[in-house]
Order: sequence, then C-alpha cells, then structure tokens
Amino acid sequence: MDKLSRPNKGDRGSNLKRKKTLVAYSFILPSLTGFFVFTFVPIIFSLILAFCQWDSGNPIQFVGLKNFFYMFLKDKSFWISLKNTIYYTAVTVPLTMAIALFLAILMNKPLKGRVFFRSVLFFPYVASLVAIAVVWMALFNPEIGPVNSILRALGVVNPPRWAASTTWAMPTIIGLTVWKGMGYYMIVYLAALQGISKDLYEAAALDGANRWQQFLNVTWPGITPTTFYILMMLMVTTFKSYDIMYITTQGGPGESTKVLAYHIFNQAFVNSKFGYASAVSMILLVIILSVTLLQFKFEKKFTSNI
Amino acid sequence: MADSRKKSIRTVLLYMALIFMAFIMLVPFAWMISASLKLEKDVFSFPIIWIPETPQWGNYKEIWQRVPLLTGFFNSVKLTVVVTVLQLVTSALAAYAFAKLEFKGKNVIFMMYIMTIAIPWQVYMVPQYKMMTFLGLTDSHLGIILMHTFTATGVFLMRQFFMGIPEELLEAARIDGLSEYGIWAKLIMPLSKPVIATLCITSFTFEWNDFMGPLIYLSSTSKKTLQVMLRMFNTQYSSNYALIMAAATVALIPVLVMFIFLQRYFVEGIATTGIKG
Repeated sequence: MDKLSRPNKGDRGSNLKRKKTLVAYSFILPSLTGFFVFTFVPIIFSLILAFCQWDSGNPIQFVGLKNFFYMFLKDKSFWISLKNTIYYTAVTVPLTMAIALFLAILMNKPLKGRVFFRSVLFFPYVASLVAIAVVWMALFNPEIGPVNSILRALGVVNPPRWAASTTWAMPTIIGLTVWKGMGYYMIVYLAALQGISKDLYEAAALDGANRWQQFLNVTWPGITPTTFYILMMLMVTTFKSYDIMYITTQGGPGESTKVLAYHIFNQAFVNSKFGYASAVSMILLVIILSVTLLQFKFEKKFTSNI
Repeated sequence: MADSRKKSIRTVLLYMALIFMAFIMLVPFAWMISASLKLEKDVFSFPIIWIPETPQWGNYKEIWQRVPLLTGFFNSVKLTVVVTVLQLVTSALAAYAFAKLEFKGKNVIFMMYIMTIAIPWQVYMVPQYKMMTFLGLTDSHLGIILMHTFTATGVFLMRQFFMGIPEELLEAARIDGLSEYGIWAKLIMPLSKPVIATLCITSFTFEWNDFMGPLIYLSSTSKKTLQVMLRMFNTQYSSNYALIMAAATVALIPVLVMFIFLQRYFVEGIATTGIKG
C-alpha cells in the first residue's frame, strides 16, 4: 500500500530536483528576460548592424565591409575623433591617478576634519554633470568669466579662450573631468593604503628608510594592484565618455573635442546612419575589450604576488 | 626638539594642501550659489562679490515659470525611484539563484551576464534605440526604465556579497521549513543591507544624473527629466546666467541631501567594490 501511494525514491529525487530548478529559474527569470531582450539582443544586433547600411531613407541592407572601408579610407572625422579620444584619455588618466594618489596619501594621515575633506573632495563625482558643466563654462567664459577676469587682473593680456579655442577646448574639458572624478579614485586609493600593514612601515623605519624610500618600498608595491585596477577602469571610462563633450562644446570648436563615442552618437542620432554608427562602435568595442583582456591577464599576476 | 618641529611643519603643510584642494573643489559651487542670488548685471562683476547685498531669492521662483522645471523634477524622481527599486529587486533575486542555488545552465547564463559587463552602452545604444523604436518604447518613461533596470553589474555586485553568507545559515532555515523565497526575503535581504545601500546609491545617482539616455529617448517636453530641462534652459536662456545658476543649484540639491546623510555608505560602497577582493 505504502509503495503505491508514495512514488519511488528515484522519482521523488528527480521531482525534487525539477522543483528546485524551477524555483531557481523563477528567481532569475525577471532579471534574465529584461537583460536578454534589452541588453543582450542589442549587443548581438550591433555586431550584425556594423556590416549593414541603414539610413533614414533606405531599408536595412547587408553591405559587407563597406562601412569599414569608408571609415578607414574616407571618413576624416573618424580619425580626428580617434586622435582626440586618445589625447583625452592619455592626459586625463595619469593626471587623475596622480592627484588621487596624492590626496589619498594626505588623507591617510591622522587628521582633524577627515570626513569633511573626504566629502568635499568626493562630492563632485556624484554631482550632476549638466549642472557642473554649466558652472564651469560660466567660470571659464573667455570674455566675462571670473577665471579670465582674474588672469587679466594678474597682468595676463591675452588669457586663453578656453572652450572657445581649438587649442584650449580639450584641456578645459580634461580639467573638468579630472576635477569631477578624482575624489572617487582617491577613496579607492585610500582603502588600499589603509590595507597596508603598519608593521611594514615600522620595519622599514627601523632599517633606516626615509619617507621617500618607505613610499617606494612599502607603499608603492602595496598599492600596485589597485593602481592597475584604477588604470584600467579609468581608461575604459574616459575612452567611452562623450556626454561631457556634448554638454560643454558639442564637439567643437571645429572638431577639436569630438571623440569616438560622440562620433557614433552623431552618425546615429543626427545623421541617421545607423549601420555606419554601429561600425564605428565596433572600433570602440575592440579598444575597450583589449583593455579588459589586458586586465584579466595581469590581474592574475598581481593577485598571485600578494 | 628639531624632530617635533619638523613634524609640526609637516602637519601645517598637510593641512594647507588639503585646505587648498578643498577650496578648489568648493569654489565652483560657491560661485554658482552666489551667482544664483544676483541680478543678471552683477553676475560677472569683478572683483567678485561673493555675498550679494540684496539676495535675489526671486530667481528661484522665476526658474519654474521659464521652463517646466517642476515637470522635469517629478519625471526625474519617478524614473529614479522606479529604476532603483526594480533594479534592486530583480538583481537581488537573480543574484540569490546564482550564488546559492543549483540549476541547469547556471554557468552559461552567468557567463552571458559577465561578458556584457565589459561592453559599454555606447557600443549598443544605436541598435537598442532602433529596437525600442520598433517596440514603440521611445519617448516613454517605460523605455528608459526597461533600458536601465536590468544591469549585469547589479546582479554581479549582489552575487559577490551573497556568496559570503555562510551556507549553514541557509541549511538551518531550510530545516526550519522556510521556502527559498522565504529565505531570500527573511534571511538574505536583511543580512545584505550594506550591498543594498551601495546598489541603491549607485543606481540613484546614475539615474538622477543621467543625461544622454533621456536626451536620446524623450522628445516630448512633458516627459523630459530635470537634467534635460536644465540643458534646455541653458540653450534657450543662454545669457540669463543668474537663472541658469539657480536651476543648476536646484538640480544638485537632491543628490547633495542624499550624499550628506548617506556619505558613509557612498564611501564604504566604493571601498568594497572598488578594490577587487
């Protein structure tokens, strides 16, 4: 009787397993469905679209490598924006890192008002870019802005025209980027510095190491994994940013602050060349994936060293 | 003696450096607030008058009439709250399955999430937009909500935290007869306050400050967010700096208030997620 009413053990086990799987799927389903439809599918779609022509007037059509030939051989804007992206990244990244590390070292000392300083240095990172950019553009207004008023008062006859000049527009944007972002990386560095054992410094001091030697032999090796992590993260972030250019200079004057992601945006949402924009985005993808792969490769090395 | 003097000089230098940096960070905000309370003709007067003689509080009244800033404010609040809550719930549910449950295809699905973390939005924003157009989701808040809710980083972040919760706790709860849903709601979530705070703060600030998303997706004025309205304000009234600064101040306040109250969580969140453990 018992045998009839109860299913045998194997059956019950697989039933239980099936039930467990169903429960697990019910947990991931809401996230997975949305993620699949609105992120994963567009990513796959972009790989295909890069090889298609799709303009406002024309239907979607496969064209092979045509987009890439056009990009490399004819599209001057592409090369300009690639160059500008490299310029923007090559200056922003080391500058942000150096200031962030310097600030973190200062903040790592016994300090009164630590929370105040930390908050003040960090706040621009979470503040709205649109609002902050408006303020910067007013401060750096070439004719009437306070920055140039001060420079003139100090005797500079022809102060830079900042965002209105082809030479100074990019440095102005870099300044804004560094100013806004460095507080975040300072906190990452600070956490790393606090992870270095005090014993190491004491041992180094006993050996007669001065401050600079202590920094080189204790601090620097201790934060190398963090430095590497910040480097990679910053490179990816700066390489893909374009909102800051859109808000401040619209890529100008001329094309002096046009970056790769801005070029994609322009091609798609201003010129309605959706296929071509996707082709350009593949270049951005390749660059960013190379950085990420590099990170994976070296991360192992660093983590095995500690 | 010489040593302690050296030390106090160093302390003075340390504070001077920090005060200088804090000054650099604060001056733009101070100038913004000061300008927002001035008459238009006084905004750029030099030498700078930091505290206007008669503060023009009326500027803060006028901005709401020039551009439908209030509509933008409510739209931003709505999008921020909805995206933050939905992202938290869906990420936490999925993360629990990835961290603590066994099921077929777990590794493959998780790999799919991980792979996309490295791919920036700029790479697929174009096809995503075309797809949303096809689905009729452009120029609607729903489109933006769907676009921002389901993030791989949210799932990844929560999974990392859940992995650290001891298995014995879950086993004990299972023996007590709690279902997996019960464990998630009554055990896991209450234990995960730090990571919940981190995710909420990240999501809140991202959504509140997001500019390109609403710019690309929303075309009718009644649906635009505060950041886009602020931008509209700049282009339409480009010479009314006092009013622009008042609007900018208003746009900064919600994040500032949240930052003041939750700054510990902001910092702890970065310290734990920023450093790969």
